[in-house]
Amino acid sequence: MSLKVLDQGETQGAKVAHTGESWLTTTFDKVEDWAQRHSFWPFPFGTACCAIEFMSSVSSHYDMARFGSEVVRFSPRQSDLLIVAGTINDKMAPVLKKIFDQMAEPKWVVSMGACACSGGFYRAYHVMQGIDEIIPVDVYVPGCPPTPEGLMYGIFQLKEKVLRDRKKYARESQTRVQEEPAAAAG
Amino acid sequence: MSTAVTEAPSFLDRYPAGSILPQEGMDQPTWVVSRDVLADVARDLRDDPSTEFDLLLDVCGVDYPDREERFEAVYHLYSLPRNERLRLKVPLTEEDPTLPSLIPVWKAADWFEREAYDMFGFRFEGHPNLRRILTHDAFQGHPLRKDYDATRRWILTEDKIYRPKLQVPEDVADDMFERMTINIGPSHPAMHGTFRVVAELDGETIVASEVEIGYLHRCFEKMCETHTWQHVIPYTDRLNYCSSFINNVGYCRTVEKMLGIEPPPKAVWARTILSEFSRIMDHCVCNGSTLVDAGALTNFWYYFQPREEIYGLLEACSGARLTVSYGRIGGLSQDLPPDFEARCRRLLEIIPPFIDDVEQLIDKNGIWHKRAVGTAAISAEDAVNWGWTGPCLRASGVGYDVRKARPYDLYDTVEWEVPVFHGGDVYDRYRVRNAEIRQSLSIIRQLLDRGMPEGRHIVDDPHVALPPKEACYNQMESMIYHFKLIMDGILVPPGERYDMVEGANGELGFYIVSDGSSKPYRIKVRPPCFPIFSTFSDLIEGASVSDVIVTLGGLNVIAGELER
Repeated sequence: MSLKVLDQGETQGAKVAHTGESWLTTTFDKVEDWAQRHSFWPFPFGTACCAIEFMSSVSSHYDMARFGSEVVRFSPRQSDLLIVAGTINDKMAPVLKKIFDQMAEPKWVVSMGACACSGGFYRAYHVMQGIDEIIPVDVYVPGCPPTPEGLMYGIFQLKEKVLRDRKKYARESQTRVQEEPAAAAG
Repeated sequence: MSTAVTEAPSFLDRYPAGSILPQEGMDQPTWVVSRDVLADVARDLRDDPSTEFDLLLDVCGVDYPDREERFEAVYHLYSLPRNERLRLKVPLTEEDPTLPSLIPVWKAADWFEREAYDMFGFRFEGHPNLRRILTHDAFQGHPLRKDYDATRRWILTEDKIYRPKLQVPEDVADDMFERMTINIGPSHPAMHGTFRVVAELDGETIVASEVEIGYLHRCFEKMCETHTWQHVIPYTDRLNYCSSFINNVGYCRTVEKMLGIEPPPKAVWARTILSEFSRIMDHCVCNGSTLVDAGALTNFWYYFQPREEIYGLLEACSGARLTVSYGRIGGLSQDLPPDFEARCRRLLEIIPPFIDDVEQLIDKNGIWHKRAVGTAAISAEDAVNWGWTGPCLRASGVGYDVRKARPYDLYDTVEWEVPVFHGGDVYDRYRVRNAEIRQSLSIIRQLLDRGMPEGRHIVDDPHVALPPKEACYNQMESMIYHFKLIMDGILVPPGERYDMVEGANGELGFYIVSDGSSKPYRIKVRPPCFPIFSTFSDLIEGASVSDVIVTLGGLNVIAGELER
C-alpha cells in the first residue's frame, strides 16, 4: 500500500517511511484510520436542547463540515459516528440501543451534554443516568448544552482516539454494567 | 379581570345544593365541583351564553395525602369571547379516583386526561384510550403521587414496547392498493427525534394513525417538588429550549405574584425585550426547520443566522447561549451588560434582511404553495375545541394573544398588532410567525427608544434576592440573609396560583401550589404545544405521508415542553 502525496499535517501518527522522493509506505490499518478520522458520517440522535446546539454546529455559523463531519446521515446503516445529543429516558433506551446495534463496525459514540453523559440534573424516575448504561461511549462532551465549540473539541478528541485506539472492533466489554435500578433505589 | 362567573350563572340552580361550592380568596374564580355533576356542569359552562368557556386550558391533579379526599383534579377554563377564567376542582378519594371524561365537551381533554391517569392514576370513565402517555409501558405506579420515590425507575425492554392496533374505518377500503402499516419515529429526522407516529396506509393516504409521545419525559414536575424555588429556574429553561427565557419569565412572574413582590422597572423592561428576542428565535427555528423538512434548505441557513446573533446577546447577558437561566424570582440574575442597548440596536438592523430574503424566496414559491396551502387545515371552532393557543390558533383566525388579552410586563404600553390569518393551514402558520417576528422587532424598537430605566436589576428585598457580595462580607445582617437564602431558600406563602405568559407556541401557564415551605408543593406547566399536538392524528388522517412532515414542522412541537 502506498500513497503518492501525503501532506505534512496528515502524517503524524502514521509513521511513514520515505523510500523515495515522492513515495512512502505504510500499513493498511494506518491509512484506514487516517481516512476514517477525517470523514465521520454522524448520525445525530438528537432528542432535546443539545440537538438545537447540534443544529447550530452544522449550520452556517460554525459549519462543522470544515472538519470533515460533513455528511449527516439519518440511517444507522450509513453512518459511523453516533452523536447522542439530549436526554435519553427509559422509554427511549431500547430505541437508542437498537440504533447503535444497527450501525456497522467500525463505529464510535459521542455523548453530547450532561444528560447523555450522566443523566444531568434529572435524577428522576424516567431518565437514564447516562447512556453508558446501555452503549459504550468514546467521548463525553460536558455542558448543558455544550457550545458548538465544545462539541467540535469532542470530535477532535475522537479523531485522536481513532488513531490511538486499535481496539475499535472489540468493544463489548466497555459498557458499564447495568445495575437493576430497582435495587439501586431501594 | 371581571368576576362575572362568581355571580352564579342561572344554570347553577338546577344542581343539587352543595355539589358546586365557590371557593373564596383565590387568584381567579374557583369552584369545587362534585364529580357526579362534573360532566353536566362542563357542558353548561361551555354552552351557556352567560359563561361560554370554550377553551379547556389544562387538566391536572394534585395529591394531598393528609386530606380525607386525597386527590384533587383541577381544570382550568378560559372563555375567549368574555376573556374570563375559571378553575374547577374535583375532590377524589384514594379508593375510588374515578371521574367522567370531558372529551365530549372539549376534545382537548383527551391527552390531558391520559396524563392525569399516568401521573396520578385517575380513572376517566368514558375515555376511549385511557393508557399511559408520558411514561413507558413497563412503568408501574403513578409518579406524581407524593409517596412515589423520585428516583424509582423501571426498565423497558423491547418486547414491552407499545404496538398500536389501528382501527381502520370500513368505508375507506380501496381494493386497488395494498394496506401497509408504517412506523415513523421516534428516531426519524422529520419527527424531530422524539415523536412516533404509527400510520395505516392505503396507497399513500393515511387512513388511521396513532401518535405516541413520552420519549423525552424527564420528570420536570417531580423535579420541581424536590428542589427549592430558585432551583426550579434551570429546569424551566429546558421546557421550551428554543425560547427558554420566556419560560423563566413565566415561572418567575407566577412566584412573584404569590410573594406579592414587583420586579424593578429595569428588570421588567429587559424581560420584555429579551422575551421578544426569544420569540423571534423560536419562530426562526420553527419556520427554518419546517422549510428544511419541505426541502427548502437555503432558508434554514437564513433563519439560523439571526439566531446566532441573538445567542450573542443572550450570552453577553447571562453567559449561556441556549439555556439562559437569566430570570430570577424578583428580577434578573445579573445586571445587563453595558453595551446592551447597542447590541439590541445592531440586532434590529441585522434581522429584517434575513426575513425579507426568506419571504422573497418562499412566499410565492410554487413548490412550497403545493406543499403547504390547504395542508392540515383546521377551522377556528375545531382549533379552540382542541385547546389550541398561540400562532397556530391565530393562523386559524382567532386573535387570542395573552399579551393583549391580559397584558403583563410592558406590552400594554407599546403599540403593536396581533397578526391573524384565516387559512388555518401550514402556509398560514408559517406566515403568522413571520408577521410576529416583525411585530416583535417593533416592540423592541419602541422599548429601546424609551431608554433603559435606571435602578437595580432585582428587587431590593433580602428575603428574595441575595445581598451584594460586598455587604455579605462586611455586614452581619447581610451575611445572615445570605445564609438564610442559601440554606432555606425563598419561602413562598401557602396558596395556589395560575398565571400565564404568551410563550412562543401559545399560552404558557404555570399552576403553582405552595404549602409555605422552601420547596414548591406542586407545579403544573400548561404546555401550549401539548393540546396542539394531541390533534395531530386527526390532522394527518386523509393526508399523504409527505404531508405529515410539513404538518409536524408547522405546529412547532417542542419535545421538552410537550413531555416535560
